[in-house]
Amino acid sequence: MNNTTTKMPANPSRRRFIISTAAAGGGLALGLRIPFGADAAAAAAAANPEMNAWVVIKPDDTVVIRFVRAEMGQGTMTGLAQLVAEELECDWKKVAIETMTAGQNLARKRVWGDMSTGGSRGVRGSQDYVRRGGAAARMLLLQAAANEWNVPVGELKVADSVITHPGSNRSTTYGKVAAAAAQLPPPDQKAIRLKGPKDWKIAGKPVKRLDTADKLNGAKVYAIDTKLPGMLNAALMQCPVFGGKLVSFDGEKIAKMPGVRRAVKVDDVTVAVVADTWWHAKKALDALPIVWDEGPSAKVTSASIAEHLKSGLTSNDAFADTDVGDALKAIAAAPKKIEAVYSTPFLSHATMEPMNCTARITDDRGEVWVATQNAERALAALSETSGLPLDKCEVYRMDLGGGFGRRITVPDYVYMTVNIAKQFPGVPVKAIWTREEDQAHGFYRPISQARMAASIDESGNLSALYIRVSGQSINAFANPAAIKDGKDVRQLQGLWKEPGDAQIGYTVPNMRIEYAMRNTHVPVGPWRGVNTNQNGVYLECFMDECARAAGKDPLEFRRALMKNHPKHLGVLNAAAEKAGWGKPLPPGVHRGIAQFMGYASYSAAVAEVSVSPKGEVKVHRMVLATNCGHVVNPGQIAAQVEGSVAMGLSATFYNEITIDKGRVVETNFHNYPLLRLAEMPKVETVTVPTYDFWGGVGEPTICVVAPAVMNAIYAATGKPVRSLPLKHLNLV
Amino acid sequence: MARLNINGRTHDVQVEADTPLLWVLREQVGLTGTKYGCGVAQCGACSVHINGEVQRTCVLPVGDVKPTDRIVTIEGLSPNSSHPVQKAWAALDVPQCGYCQSGQIMAAAALLRKNPKPSDKDIDEAMTNLCRCGTYQRIRAAVHLAVGTSMAGSTLADQSSQA
Repeated sequence: MNNTTTKMPANPSRRRFIISTAAAGGGLALGLRIPFGADAAAAAAAANPEMNAWVVIKPDDTVVIRFVRAEMGQGTMTGLAQLVAEELECDWKKVAIETMTAGQNLARKRVWGDMSTGGSRGVRGSQDYVRRGGAAARMLLLQAAANEWNVPVGELKVADSVITHPGSNRSTTYGKVAAAAAQLPPPDQKAIRLKGPKDWKIAGKPVKRLDTADKLNGAKVYAIDTKLPGMLNAALMQCPVFGGKLVSFDGEKIAKMPGVRRAVKVDDVTVAVVADTWWHAKKALDALPIVWDEGPSAKVTSASIAEHLKSGLTSNDAFADTDVGDALKAIAAAPKKIEAVYSTPFLSHATMEPMNCTARITDDRGEVWVATQNAERALAALSETSGLPLDKCEVYRMDLGGGFGRRITVPDYVYMTVNIAKQFPGVPVKAIWTREEDQAHGFYRPISQARMAASIDESGNLSALYIRVSGQSINAFANPAAIKDGKDVRQLQGLWKEPGDAQIGYTVPNMRIEYAMRNTHVPVGPWRGVNTNQNGVYLECFMDECARAAGKDPLEFRRALMKNHPKHLGVLNAAAEKAGWGKPLPPGVHRGIAQFMGYASYSAAVAEVSVSPKGEVKVHRMVLATNCGHVVNPGQIAAQVEGSVAMGLSATFYNEITIDKGRVVETNFHNYPLLRLAEMPKVETVTVPTYDFWGGVGEPTICVVAPAVMNAIYAATGKPVRSLPLKHLNLV
Repeated sequence: MARLNINGRTHDVQVEADTPLLWVLREQVGLTGTKYGCGVAQCGACSVHINGEVQRTCVLPVGDVKPTDRIVTIEGLSPNSSHPVQKAWAALDVPQCGYCQSGQIMAAAALLRKNPKPSDKDIDEAMTNLCRCGTYQRIRAAVHLAVGTSMAGSTLADQSSQA
């Protein structure tokens, strides 16, 4: 084994935001969590009788369902409302959503629980307590009607917000009994019985999203659209090299430009120009003389990072998660062995709505208007940066113009905007990142490489599998406490031995799966699907190499290894069947298949791909199967699968963040292109729920997109594809 | 100083001539349905109609817009979201995050004005706006639905089958 460890500068970006956040975040975490207790202080006035934290019934029968997770397009708002409404037995047409703030949650001792929205937890992480909230509200409303009519509650029936007593032929509505119901004590938790999916009438159905109307006419207000009286606007720039610093700027040079108030230092890394309009601020920033200290990483390139990662492919500082039998020995002794090295790049999120935030800071009040996947962390950042206590701060959440993980970890936009607004006391300041700034300073999907090795026995079965992943750790950057004994198992997501969340779907007699941490100076974070994307490529493309070496069909080869993994196998079979695996295809079209697990859900894909004589790859059709346990809204599951294909294909064909002179090279959509409509294949979604667990939906399927396409190209050309993006691939 | 005809109304705005129309709409006129996405005419989130043609306004200096040019933004496309494109978008639940959809809808409306029955190839060529959520499959189906072709219904039904 080679024990060289190339030297890379430490990541100075970490210190900038993260260390001190722990204090404020920890304060929040101490809050009690009572999913829906009685709360006298907040018990509603007669106009808005509150059944519990989740449900308010208005006299006109409007059903207000509280929502605390983030809606960023993934449909969680609608899905959770369906689950509450299902148990509540309310009229779905009368449902309205109220989005609660982080300050409200804190003031009520976190009655709504965790507000962060990532890891595809929006529905699966809150389904139990929101359904209980709906059921408890229904029980109160029925009891109030029973009290009014002086009949046993068991004799009542309810549907669509109408309560009836068949024995006496009386009926009433939720709106009429809500005020009385609000006065009743909450039901015993143990008395709550949740409905099974077979009895669902609202959940499980492809009901329309609740949040579509104002996305069609320009009325929806995103954070970037915030308008406040007297508001100023800021454009900002951070040192282009990660870890560099701001030395100086010459504000006099731009002081007389139209609309400019002044240039300000934001933090040690950042300068901003504040003006009447954002366009004026941006123009002045472009003209502002700035001196940077580019710091210790100004010579880092993608090539030097690749060398650094390469050292981790053979070093002896790795740890093994899975270690069954003796994979290395078995491979060394085997008559037929296969070896390959794979790699995947850094990626930026490129949400369509660039990072932005509006802040107003006075001596005794701090407020921000922001799109965030983690409102409580934004609140902590506001408190910490403004110096105001948490209960003097508020985060007004706006639905996100895209999240994908960019808006869940470090709320850099809150830190920076509050630092600007502090310099204009009482004046709201809106900071908008240019697309270039957004690209240059993200929290990127980590870069990695993988060394793969395997052996095939005499009967053509996989007898040993060895995987060494070398690459950057998200936890090392964003959450070092999560790394136990130096073993960051998160980077092996999807290859885990542990069942339940992201387990490898194959049983191999000898199997060793290792990770060697190789950090860089580039800030990293979760990107839709997180590490399942990279690990899915490594495992599933290599499985096709092994199948070919064994002379077997890729589907049959996999099936032989999956007897102990019935749910992995279930989605693989479902995708293969729907796609017509093995049936004839039009001339020149080839299939590829892949399966993987993440976020407790099982995913598989079949891609149909052609490669033209000029080497142009076209994806014609993709069939994806998912077992996410419970299906809350099949229409929205299909939407997430379709979106995962589009985002997955952007990453497969085009996307990479490269580094030169310590900074990001790809500045905008001309050199970080996204898939366009013309390239979108026909997508078919197959759901195969087994109803014995709750899995995620937003992220799990993206990881099978790239390997299915890569395997189809392999089938077409006979040459394995081992690195992304495919724009570098020469197929001629 | 510029005089603009936006959604049938005349607006006099105090801006430098090189200000992109996008920022005039958003910051002077207060019409924020038109979005900033890239600033280099790549993504199309800033699309509006000018004299019926779809235009990306993030690179269009307001000084190049004549007082007689008819500018229509997403807010002025129809009363009550009644344009066939808006109705089709609603029928098929097209938007996810929604941020790009103003531009997508304006692009689709301009396409249908010129070409009342676009083929898939026509849609490929006209609908070049970016969507990071990946709503393209539904956008295509909704454009077809907006012109009442029979394809849209079957396309949606094909998207999800429960096995």
